[in-house]
Amino acid sequence: MNLLDFLIPTAEVCRRAGPQDRIVYSSRVRLARNLPSAPFPGHGKKADRMRAYETLLPVVRGLPELTDSMAESMDHLTPLEKQLLVERHLISRDHAARGAGSGFVLNREESFCVMINEEDHLRMQALRPGLQLRQAWLAIDALDTVLQERVGFAFSAERGYLTACPTNLGTGIRVSAMLHLPGLVLSEQIGQILKAVNDIGLAVRGLYGEGTEALGNIFQVSNQMTLGESETEIVERINKVLLQVIEHEENARVGLLEKKAKVVFNHVGRAYGILSHSHTISSKETMNLLSLLRLGVDIGMLPASSRAMVDELLLITQPAHLQTLFTRREKLGAEERDILRADVLRERLKGLDRPDHTALGGAGPASTPAEI
Amino acid sequence: MVCQLCKQKEATVHLTQIVDEAMKKLDLCEACAKQKGVNDPAGFSFAELLLGATESPEATEEVVEGLRCKRCGHTQADFKKAGRMGCSECYTVFADALEGLLKGMHRGTRHRGKIPAAMRRQVEQDAILERLNGELEAAIGREDFEQAARLRDEIKLAKATV
Repeated sequence: MNLLDFLIPTAEVCRRAGPQDRIVYSSRVRLARNLPSAPFPGHGKKADRMRAYETLLPVVRGLPELTDSMAESMDHLTPLEKQLLVERHLISRDHAARGAGSGFVLNREESFCVMINEEDHLRMQALRPGLQLRQAWLAIDALDTVLQERVGFAFSAERGYLTACPTNLGTGIRVSAMLHLPGLVLSEQIGQILKAVNDIGLAVRGLYGEGTEALGNIFQVSNQMTLGESETEIVERINKVLLQVIEHEENARVGLLEKKAKVVFNHVGRAYGILSHSHTISSKETMNLLSLLRLGVDIGMLPASSRAMVDELLLITQPAHLQTLFTRREKLGAEERDILRADVLRERLKGLDRPDHTALGGAGPASTPAEI
Repeated sequence: MVCQLCKQKEATVHLTQIVDEAMKKLDLCEACAKQKGVNDPAGFSFAELLLGATESPEATEEVVEGLRCKRCGHTQADFKKAGRMGCSECYTVFADALEGLLKGMHRGTRHRGKIPAAMRRQVEQDAILERLNGELEAAIGREDFEQAARLRDEIKLAKATV
C-alpha cells in the first residue's frame, strides 16, 4: 500500500482538536516491551531480529485496535517515506534509520503506532491531539494487556518490564507532550521554566526528540524515570506539571499584551509579511515565523479558523512533506526546497487577511516606540 | 542439594561466576552464604571461596569485569560501552553492577508499576514469602522459637501453594 495514500491528509490531521490545543499540540504515551527469550534487537543477529519480527507482526496486526492498519517493513520504505513518518511523529528518527527486520504498524486514525524492533522488540505508542495523557495511557495499557496475553513479555518481579536500556526499565513508559510556548520564549521566562521542569526529573527536548533543537518554540516534555513508581503516578505528575506550564504560558501572553503589545504585534506582522512575500525560505525560519503566526491566531490578530491552516503549513513545509506533496521529483537540493517552500507559503497565505491588532488596543502610552 | 561448604544443610544460594574464563558454580546454604559475605558483593570473593586463598582487590575486580551472559554472550564491558543490555537474562547476570546505576537513574530500584496478569500470583507470593522470612528472622533473633516454628510452617505452606 502507498504510504501517502494511507496517511490522513495534512489538512485533516491539523483540524483534529483536543483539550488545551492552543498550547498542547499532542500527547503520547509509549511502552517498551521485549520478548522473554530473544536477544534485544540491538544485540541480536539479523536472524534473531527477523524471527522476533515475524513472531510479533501478526500478533500486533491481530489486535482489535489495529485491524484497519498499515504495516510495513522498514526496508520497503524509501528514505522520503521514512522521513514522512518522522515528520508526523509516528516513528522515531532512530527507527527511520533501520532496515530489514524492523517495521511499524499504524492504525488508520493514527492514534496507535507500534514500532517493531526499534531499540526494544516493541515500542507501542498511543497518540492523541491536545492534552490527553490519561486517555493515551489507558488506551496503550489496554493494548499492552492483550499483547501480554498473546505473546508474553520479559518481566521480573523486582525490575518490572526488562528493556534494552536500563533507563527504560520497570514500567517502560515514556509519557510526553508537545507544547507551543512562544509567550514564555518572547518574555524570556522559558529558561527558568525549563530549569524547573528539569529539576523535577522531566526532560525537555526539541521537536523531534532527543538532541534536537526547539524550533518554532515547540518543546517536548517527557518523564525520564521509569522505575520505582507506577505508570499512573508518572502520568499524573507530568499532567500536573503541564497544567502549570500551560498556565505560565497563558500568563506570559497576557503579560506581553499588557506591557509589550507593540513588540508582539511587530513580531506577528513581520512573520506574516515574510511568510507571504518571500521567494526562498529555510525550514528553520519558516518554523519560527509560523510559530509567531500561530501566536497571532491565539491572541486574536488572525481569525481562530486559520489555526488549522497555520498548523498545516508547519507540517507541509517540512522537507519530506514538501517534496512528496508538491513535486514529482525524487530528490530536491536544499536550495530548490527553499524556493518551493516559499512558493507554497505565498500561495497558501493569499487567502489569509493581514493580521489585525486594532481590536486588541495596546497602542497606548504603555508601549512607546523606545520599547519596540 | 546440600551445601558445598558445611555439607549438612540444604543449599539455597546458587552462584555462577566466570573465573579465568571457566564457569564456576557454587551451592551454599543460607548460613554459610551469609558467613562468607555472599550477600555483600563488595566483601565477597568467589576465588577466595573456591580456592581458600585471599585475592588482592585488583584480582576481584577483574573477575567482575569478566562477567558474561551465558545466553546472549553480552559482557560487562559491552554493557559499560553501549549502556545497553543484550537480552533479558543480562539483568540477572549483571544485577550487582546494575543496582548502583539504577539508584542514580530512577526514583527507586524496585518496580511498582503494572504487573502482567500471569505474573501477579507469583509476585504476590514472593512478597508474602519475603515478609514471612523477615518475620522468621526477627523471631529467631529474639529467641521466640514458638513464633518461629509457626512462621516456618506458614512459609512451608505458602511455598507448597505456588
